[in-house]
This record gives sequence, structure tokens and C-alpha cells, in this order.
Amino acid sequence: MMITAIVSWIVVAGLLITSAGLLLYRDWRWGLGFLTGQYAGVFWLVLQHWPIGMAAAKLVGGWMAAASLGMTLLNLPQQQEPIEKYWTQGRAFRLFMVGMAALLAVAAAPRIEGVLPGMGIPVAIGGILLTTMGLLQLGMTTQILRVILGLLTTLSGFEILYAAMEGSSLVAALLVVVNLGLGLVGAYLLTVSSEEQTE
Amino acid sequence: MSAPFIWIFLPLIIGGLSLFITRERLATIVGGVTAILLTGAALIVPIDEALGFGSFSIKVASSFQILGRNLTLDAAEAPLLTILFGVAALWFIGAESVGVARRLTPFGLIIISLLVASIAVQPFLYAALLIELAILVAVPLLSPLDQIPGRGVIRFLIYQTLGMPFILIAGWLSAGVEASPGDLALTIQSTMMLGLGFAFLLAVFPLYNWIPLLMEESSPYIVGFLLWLLPTVTSILVMSFLDRYVWLRTSAQVISALRVAGLLMIVTGGIWTAFQRHFGRMMAFAAVAETGFILLALSLDPVTGLPIIFLLLIPRGLGLALWALSLSVLDSNTKSLHFSSVQGMARTYPLASAGLILSALSTAGFPLLAGFPPRLALWNGLSQQSLSMAFWLLIGILGLAAGAVRMLAVIVMADEKTVWASKESWAQRGMLGIGMIGLFILGLFPQAANSILDKLPLMFQHLGH
Repeated sequence: MMITAIVSWIVVAGLLITSAGLLLYRDWRWGLGFLTGQYAGVFWLVLQHWPIGMAAAKLVGGWMAAASLGMTLLNLPQQQEPIEKYWTQGRAFRLFMVGMAALLAVAAAPRIEGVLPGMGIPVAIGGILLTTMGLLQLGMTTQILRVILGLLTTLSGFEILYAAMEGSSLVAALLVVVNLGLGLVGAYLLTVSSEEQTE
Repeated sequence: MSAPFIWIFLPLIIGGLSLFITRERLATIVGGVTAILLTGAALIVPIDEALGFGSFSIKVASSFQILGRNLTLDAAEAPLLTILFGVAALWFIGAESVGVARRLTPFGLIIISLLVASIAVQPFLYAALLIELAILVAVPLLSPLDQIPGRGVIRFLIYQTLGMPFILIAGWLSAGVEASPGDLALTIQSTMMLGLGFAFLLAVFPLYNWIPLLMEESSPYIVGFLLWLLPTVTSILVMSFLDRYVWLRTSAQVISALRVAGLLMIVTGGIWTAFQRHFGRMMAFAAVAETGFILLALSLDPVTGLPIIFLLLIPRGLGLALWALSLSVLDSNTKSLHFSSVQGMARTYPLASAGLILSALSTAGFPLLAGFPPRLALWNGLSQQSLSMAFWLLIGILGLAAGAVRMLAVIVMADEKTVWASKESWAQRGMLGIGMIGLFILGLFPQAANSILDKLPLMFQHLGH
């Protein structure tokens, strides 16, 4: 029990690193790497409430979404990431926002745990952290890849929290399909935008 | 054989197979025939009752079990299926005349089947997940391979996806509120979550900025199809929540929130319609106002409001279909839908122009047209609750009417030397004609659809009684 709690806290720290990495990366390979690591953390936190089979489905679904994005990007001509027009491009600002999100997660987790006793503080922090970081990502960019990564991150955070509320296999299956669908939609949009630019 | 197989899995399979169709005509036939057959089946096939053919009889079961949960379509849902597939048939048949049938038929059938599944799934809280899947399928429909994805598609994906978590969490919290009705904090949390979820899904003010963007970027016909289908099914989900949870439908705050949100959408949608200089954006804001009418009707006493909501369904579908078809005809013959580009096109595309103006006037509740009876009933119902609210409804409707008049002024403003001609194809003329006649029939004889509409309240155990 003690070991599980320690591992959960380590996983939460890992999620902070991966989600911050997703906000700060410049090369898409790093972005997908962070996403893959993030899903491993999601798997662990979901495992606190779901059986291993259902949690593993989430892990595999997330990795497949990352793989579909990765395979698409590998086959696209190398493109320089466009510089954002808006003032949120600075790394210092993004780091500051990461700090704020982490603070928010730590502050809000006990209240969430109060609504759902038994959820566990690390699970609550992990869920809120990813949701907030995903929303931050969505608010800072209009680039397709970053938007899809933001949505996947937000949904991952939500799924961590929701796993403590609902244990239906249908919900688990549909959430996996939604994650995978988002990955495929992202791959489609990346391909379409790239073909247009190539022409 | 089960009802979910007929109305969910069958269109899903046919939609999937239609992805391989390469000819517009064939795609139209497949989409149109499938939708018409499913409409006919919803009208005549009894669910959970034996259907006899001489010595042979079959029974269509209402439930289908999947992963421990049920998809249930019982006899009470048949009228809704009739409306959904019936109006969808119009969209599918009209798609060929504007050259989008190969996209609309497969994706449209898949989206409809997912949305019907969202109505059928038990517990209904999981509907949000199926709606999200429909949203994901809508993305390739909106952004074809030969067109760079714009901001509208991205925002559509973000906003609609963000709605799902809120609804799922609200569903879980609502069960808690039901168990302990005195817990005010939980009630507030649940209501907030539900409000945010539906605000994203129904594109409630101010979360509708993706709609005008999409109308500029994508085919008006495709966007129109989604603007008809998604809010219609989401409204059913809202009604399911109100029907299921007594604390929701008896909460004065929830009713006020619905009323304010509906009026905001009608007023802002109406005013923005009046001041746009792009025909696509005008339709976008009018569609926003259309959703506002549904929310406003929801805020009325269920005995008054529910029939109005159902009365809105068919005129809304028909009006948007005609508007989108007319816009698509004009769009394919001009470089853009800006006023400067479409000015005077009534002389060369008179039927498309007439369809455009009639559907805009119908949305504004012009007498003799399909939109008039439900708006009159809504206005009457609202004025009995609050005269000031009825006044704001008038402002919104005046905005919509002003938009229609501006549209008329621009489209007939042609050079006097331009000769009158009808450059629409025969297929376009036929579909536009059917749409316009339909608007008049529903305006003059609103009771024509009563045989279907009367049974719709049976879908809800508490709201409809």
C-alpha cells in the first residue's frame, strides 16, 4: 500500500514533467515522446480504480493514437513549426503557467477528494494537472498537432478522474475509441494541411 | 432482428461501405434510398410486437446488448426516427445537385447512426461519448482532402470535444444529487457542469464563433447538415436529463438559465444576421438563433414547451436544408458568398435566390411559412410568463427578418441589362422546388405532421405528461 502510494506520487511528478514538456517542446518527436510517457502515467493512476485489463486498454489506445500521429508526421515533408503570432510564445511564460497549473492541482485536489472519497490525492492531482495543462495547450495555439495533443492531454486528465467514478466497460471502450479517433483525426488533418502546402 | 440493428448498425454498415463509392449519382441513390427505407420502416414496423406475413411472423426487439449495456429503441422513439431519417433523406437526395454526395452519404449515414445510438444507449448519460464519436467523424466531412483545414474546423473539434467530459461528470454528480437532494453544493456543481457541457455542445453564446467560421471555410451544404443534426440530437439529450432528474426540471434557476441562454442566442444571432455582409455567415447566425428557439421552448412549462420543441423540428430541418442547398448553388457559381460577389444573382439563379429568401423568412417566422406556427406558439407561451422576455424575442426575430430583407435587396440588385435566366440544373430546380413547397405546406397546414409529432412526447416519462 505504501509502495503504491509512493509510486503514485512519482507518477504524478512524471506527469508534471511530460505535460510541461508537451507545452514547451519544439520538435514533434519530443512531443510524441512526452505523450507516450504521459499515457504510461495515466495507466498507473487509472489502475488504482480499474482492473488491469481496462487500464491497459487505455494505455494501448493512447499509444496507438500517438503512433498514428507519429507515422503521419514521419511521412510528411519536414516543416518548420510556424512561430505563434501571439504573446504566449515565450518559454518563461509557459513555465510560469505550468507552475500555476501545478499549484491549482495541488490546491483543488483535496476538494475533489472530498466530493469523491477514496479517489486518492495523487489521482486527483494527476487528473486536474493534465486537464489544466491540456486546456493551457489549447488556449495557446492554433497548430493542428498541438491542438490534438492538447485535447488528448485534457481527455487523459478527465479519464483519470472519471475512472474513479465510473467502471463501465462500455465507457472504457468508448473512451479508448475517442482517444484513438482523435489521433486519427489529427493524422488526417496534418496530412490534408501538408498536402495543400506542398502543392 | 432488433431495432438498434435496423436503425443504428445498418446505416453504420452502409455508410462504411459507401466510402468506396466513386460516383456522385450512386452515392445519392444509396444515401437517399437507405434513409427513405429507414423512414418507412420507422413508420410501419412495430417494435416489440409480432409482425405477421401469412403463416410467417417476425418480431423486432427493442434492445440490443453491448458490453454489458443496452441500446434500446422502443416504439416511443419511432416518430423521432421517422423525422431524423426523413429529413436526412432530403439532405442526401439534394447532395448530388451540389456535388457533395460522395462525402455526405457515407459520413452522414455514420454520423446519424452514432447519434441514433446516443439516443438509444442506456443509461443515457453515455450519449455524450457517442455524440463525441459523431463529432470526430464530422471532421473529415467538413475538411475534404483538397482543402486546407481552417480555424473553424479546429474550433469545432475543440469546443465539441470539451463538452463531453462536462456532461459525463454532470451525469455522475446528478445521480448524487438525486440520492441526497438537500446537498446544495453538489447541486450547484452538477448544474454548473451540465450547463457548461451543453453550452459547448449546443454552441450557446458566446461559444458559437466556430459556426460562422465554418460557413466561410466549408461547403454550406455540409455545414448546414451538421447544424441541423447535431443540435437536434443534443436537444433530445437535454430533454432526457430534464426528464430523468426531478430536481433539474423543478429548479427555477435551471429554467431561468435555459431561458436566458435561449434568448441570448436568438437576440445575438438575429442581430448579427442583420449586420453580416456574407450570406454564409448570415445562415450561421440564423442557425444559432434556431437553436435558441429550442432552448427557449425548453424553458417553458413542459405541457406548453414540449409540443413547441417538436413543432420546431421539421421546419428547422427543412428550412436549413433549403437554405444550405440554395447557398451551395450560388456558392458553386460565384467566387465567394460576400455581398459584392452574389449581388444581382437573382436574375441568373432565381430559384436558388427564392429558396434562400424563403428559408430566411421562415426562420424569422414569416406568416404562411413553416417557421411561423412554432414561433407564434413560442411567443404566446413566453408572453404568458414574461412580457419583457417576449419583447427580447421580438428583437431577435426582427434581426432575422432584417437579415432576410437585406439578403433580398442584395440578390435582386442586378444591372438592368442582365437578362432573366434560370441557370440551375434540373436536379437543383427539383430539390429547391420541393423545399419551397414544403415550407408553404408546413406553414399553411402545420397539423400535417401531427400524426408523427403527437407521439413524440411519449419518449419522455415525466416531461410529456
